[in-house]
Amino acid sequence: MAAILELRAVKAFYGQSEVLHGIDLAVEEGGMTVLLGANGAGKTTTLRAICGMVRSEGQILFAGRRLERCTTEQIAGFGVAHVPEGRGTFIGLTVEENLRIGAYAATGRPHDNMQLMYGYFPILAQRRRQQAGALSGGEQQMLAIARALMMSPRLLVLDEPSFGLAPRVVEAIFGIVERIRREQHVSVLLVEQNASLALAMADRAYLLETGYVVTSGSAKALADDPQIRRSYLGY
Amino acid sequence: MHQFLQQVFSGLAAGAVYASLALALVMIYRATDLVNFAQGEMAMFSTYIAWTLVNAGLPFWGAFLITLAVSFVGGMAVERIVIRPVENAPILTAVVVTIGLLLIFNSLAGWIYSYTLQEFPSPFPDRTLFGALMTTRDLGVIAVTLMMLVALFCFFRFTATGLAMRAAAQNPESARLCGIPVGWMLAVGWGFAAAIGAVAGIMVAPVLFLDPNMMSGVLLYAFTGALLGGITSPIGAVIGGLIVGVTENLVGTYLIASQLKLTVALILIIIVLVFRPNGLFGTAVVRRV
Ligand SMILES: Nc1ncnc2c1ncn2[C@@H]1O[C@H](COP(=O)(O)OP(=O)(O)OP(=O)(O)O)[C@@H](O)[C@H]1O
Ligand SMILES: [Mg+2]
Repeated sequence: MAAILELRAVKAFYGQSEVLHGIDLAVEEGGMTVLLGANGAGKTTTLRAICGMVRSEGQILFAGRRLERCTTEQIAGFGVAHVPEGRGTFIGLTVEENLRIGAYAATGRPHDNMQLMYGYFPILAQRRRQQAGALSGGEQQMLAIARALMMSPRLLVLDEPSFGLAPRVVEAIFGIVERIRREQHVSVLLVEQNASLALAMADRAYLLETGYVVTSGSAKALADDPQIRRSYLGY
Repeated sequence: MHQFLQQVFSGLAAGAVYASLALALVMIYRATDLVNFAQGEMAMFSTYIAWTLVNAGLPFWGAFLITLAVSFVGGMAVERIVIRPVENAPILTAVVVTIGLLLIFNSLAGWIYSYTLQEFPSPFPDRTLFGALMTTRDLGVIAVTLMMLVALFCFFRFTATGLAMRAAAQNPESARLCGIPVGWMLAVGWGFAAAIGAVAGIMVAPVLFLDPNMMSGVLLYAFTGALLGGITSPIGAVIGGLIVGVTENLVGTYLIASQLKLTVALILIIIVLVFRPNGLFGTAVVRRV
């Protein structure tokens, strides 16, 4: 299978300091890749580099296009939907307005997508007129994912969607993401601290440490790696 | 009682002008955390454009609409050319830039049009209504302002661009990730603010007479109105502007010499800052961590 996203020797910088030191990474078309790593390893920075939100070097290829020189809004227009760390919810706007914003770059009919999202996340349909800031954490995460999917993206990028949520809620959300990946043919790049759940869903996995990829391979191989089991899975 | 109501109505007409300019200030403040001190002078300059067009023989409302369009484009240009380079600079730098703009527009107007007072035509007939309770001119100003507010409300509430502008103002980074060109949204915001200011300038010019310093007092009242409304709330700005207009008029009639009316604004600012730093409507949106 071909890669829809490929990073080749990507470095990233905050001001003068280099945070990523040459990363290679791929997401298969229609697949799910998980990026693991401790706090401060550079996971978020990797995602920000993909979306043109930090200065970077190296090659970033998306569906045959070079992304390095593109602006964040152009990259979104190409079909990369990024749910950032902290979810990026427009808290002062209603649930439905949040979804309409997500459809800004969409080419299709926003209304159809909205019905589709209400199908995956029925709770959002109930809360459509409420202010997004008044939703619970889990509901806000669902809203953020639904907002991202409103553009009918080819790649969904999720930065720690489980952050601060109860395990049951996390499982429910991951289940829906997995369903959406299969049914909507969208590829997924997932950053997670919850390694066991992520490795069970993904097909490829990368382990990041202080700006380097230290291990990569099939998710299954990483899940069976004794060292990873000890450091990240805790058994 | 009759005189009191009269003063309330003319206060509302003045307040409608302050409300418009306050709204322009709030729009830019929400999008960029910046108080545009040049908003009044931009409005004054727009009013000169309208004056030139009317003098050239255009019908008033034709000149009005052309002025709005020119101001819109001009406001966008100011954002792209002058404000954008200091976008990431410390906020004080940007404030100084707007003060510089104020001086530039003021001198430019003085240089082109001179500092002499010019008469500016009112589009409304000079009559009184309801037993001299209000004048058609005041009513006209209030009506034009109301129509503008309704149009703006519909734009921001119902159109995709309006929604994108609100999103860009609220969370620029997340808006970019949704594909919204945030830079252009800011420019359009400046365009709207300039056009709103133009309406304020054109509405107030028949009363104040046109000269390059026409808007300095109006800006102060508008600023008071915006603060009163909580500086981040568009509705608050409108209500705040109206309150300032009425207060100013009543105080000027009953309490102090009308030459001292401007102090009312300063006193109001101080009262607001001391007792309600968030203004009347500046409550934060519902937040949950
Ligand atoms: N805005 C910034 N300016 C300077 N340095 C930064 C900035 N953001 C992150 N860093 C640094 O870059 C490194 C990588 O940060 P990054 O946010 O990518 O980590 P992460 O893997 O996402 O961590 P976490 O799991 O805590 O989210 C860290 O050392 C961090 O201190
Ligand atoms: Mg992170």
